[in-house]
Amino acid sequence: MSKGILYDATLCIGCKQCEQACATENGLPYDDKIAEQAVTSAHKYTVVLTKDDKFMRRLCMNCDDPACASVCPVGAMKKTALGPVTYDKGRCMGCRYCMAACPFSVPKYEWDKAVPGVRKCTMCSPRVAGGKPTACAEICPTGATKFGDRDELLEEAKKRIHDNPGNYLPHIFGETEVGGTSVMLLSSVGFNQFGYRTDLTERALPMYTYQVLSRIPDFVPLFGVLLGGVYWITHRREDVAQAEAEEKQRKGGVQ
Amino acid sequence: MTVPRMRFTFWKAIFLLIMSAGIYCTYLRFFHGLGASTNLSDQFPWGLWIGFDVMCGVMLAAGGFTLTAAVEIFNIKRFHSIVRPTVLTAFLGYLLVCGALMYDLGLPWNIWHPLVMRNPHSVMFEVAWCVMLYTTVLALEFSPIVLEHFNLQKPLKIVRSVMVVFVILGVLLSTLHQSSLGTLYLIMPNKLHAFWWSPLLPVFFFISAIAVGLAMTIFESSMSSKYFGRELELPILRDLGRVLVVVLALYGILKFEDLYHRGVLKLVFVPSYAQRFFLLEIFLSVLIPLGMLLVPKIRESAQGLYLAAVLTLLGFVTNRLNVTITGVESAVGARYAPKWTEVVITAMFVALGFAIFGLAARYLPIFPEEKKAQIPAFREPAYAEVAVPVHAGD
Repeated sequence: MSKGILYDATLCIGCKQCEQACATENGLPYDDKIAEQAVTSAHKYTVVLTKDDKFMRRLCMNCDDPACASVCPVGAMKKTALGPVTYDKGRCMGCRYCMAACPFSVPKYEWDKAVPGVRKCTMCSPRVAGGKPTACAEICPTGATKFGDRDELLEEAKKRIHDNPGNYLPHIFGETEVGGTSVMLLSSVGFNQFGYRTDLTERALPMYTYQVLSRIPDFVPLFGVLLGGVYWITHRREDVAQAEAEEKQRKGGVQ
Repeated sequence: MTVPRMRFTFWKAIFLLIMSAGIYCTYLRFFHGLGASTNLSDQFPWGLWIGFDVMCGVMLAAGGFTLTAAVEIFNIKRFHSIVRPTVLTAFLGYLLVCGALMYDLGLPWNIWHPLVMRNPHSVMFEVAWCVMLYTTVLALEFSPIVLEHFNLQKPLKIVRSVMVVFVILGVLLSTLHQSSLGTLYLIMPNKLHAFWWSPLLPVFFFISAIAVGLAMTIFESSMSSKYFGRELELPILRDLGRVLVVVLALYGILKFEDLYHRGVLKLVFVPSYAQRFFLLEIFLSVLIPLGMLLVPKIRESAQGLYLAAVLTLLGFVTNRLNVTITGVESAVGARYAPKWTEVVITAMFVALGFAIFGLAARYLPIFPEEKKAQIPAFREPAYAEVAVPVHAGD
């Protein structure tokens, strides 16, 4: 069963303990200065944004059919069966196509390093594989970040909106965006106020390229035969002409 | 001959200046990282090196497959004398692209990974394989020139006997990766401005590669006649100019239809950052060159052809930069301008290209020798040369 995270912004109190727990889990530095930074970066995989009295988390959405994993030429990014989208620096060659392709601009780069890698939230893949919840969900004091089976979380999100329609926008962000994501968000105010794009397609992004790429194996023999055929025809004419000319010359020689 | 010598020393000085700046920037790039040597950021992970060095580099090398296809496969013999310089340009172009890629990749020593770590769903994986294979094919297509120079008859014979296979393979691989550079962006419908994101991106990239291949050949022949004192093959260039008219017209019509059907046409008339660059691109790449080449007087003249070709090249360079930079800037709401170090590295690769082409043209049999052709015993032994061109007028 695929796991997921449900973040309910209406329950969030902005304590940023998830930020701290995330940094500890991933071996990243965390202090007051980093807590102030309102963007995710190579050293900050999740951030709690504040606007007036509203909060919103940003983290890797761990898409069901992730663009980053689809575009990676060496398979350094992978969607695991449990839900997390992981990164293996040992395979990476640093083309940064994952960063360009991600619809949420999640993957960050270690620009200052001479041997850089991609950094992002991996939904605590080792913890999840060990049957534990993500660090951010475990520490959350209000249950705003909840870890569980994605299907169950989706049902719960629907129920929360249904039971309390005045409290929520009638939209579960991540239910259908880019084909669905493991991380889902609930909010009372527009997601776009916190930098989330609300114009995303519901189609899984890898389908855009796959519908072209998948035709290549069919295309190669067809086009190859076409080119070879054109060569054969255009040069055949010439062989005939040459043979005729030689014939003529030979006859001329006899006479 | 004193005047051209002066010119060459001037260009030599410029070349040395660029190269020494390039070496310093190389140090910055590899010892201090991409952050210190580029203006790239998390919002803007691909910049000038991808936009120009790779995207335009591959595009500008398209003359190789366009001309070999015309001469070897379609058997259009009158283009034969210009195949070698275009194959040289293509081979050089791809080597430079690979070189530039080593600067852009974060972990360039892992560049061989796609050979053993496979993700066939990745367009980049396909491009990596195609570019790798095509560079090998180009080396083989180029090899007769070197073998002839050293008079190695036996390997020359072997290479020639299988040349057709290389040519077909080369055209196939080029078709695949020229279009795939456009396919790279299909996965970003939300991160590329509607002027440029289109399901037809691979088709546009392919057709424009052919247009650029033709324009580059005209440009190159004009330059060679100017700097190597070669006779200008004007009748050939006129023919290329005609083909260019057709290709540009096809491209222009398809572009119009694409914008129309996607409902983007009205945006062309709304002033914006993206609109200015889009108009610049369309005027340079299609409207002005097409307008010029449709006038017989311009199409027939050496200067007219040269100017139209240069505009076409600038236009499609603008197109590739619009796709990689302007179109992304507009969609993600971030601005990017290359750092001086990025510009220097790019200039270094361009300078290297010119320098190596110059050296090769001087020391290798790139151009058919007009003098030699007058010696009756001389027989151009190239693969497509056949003694009796009875149906040459097809």
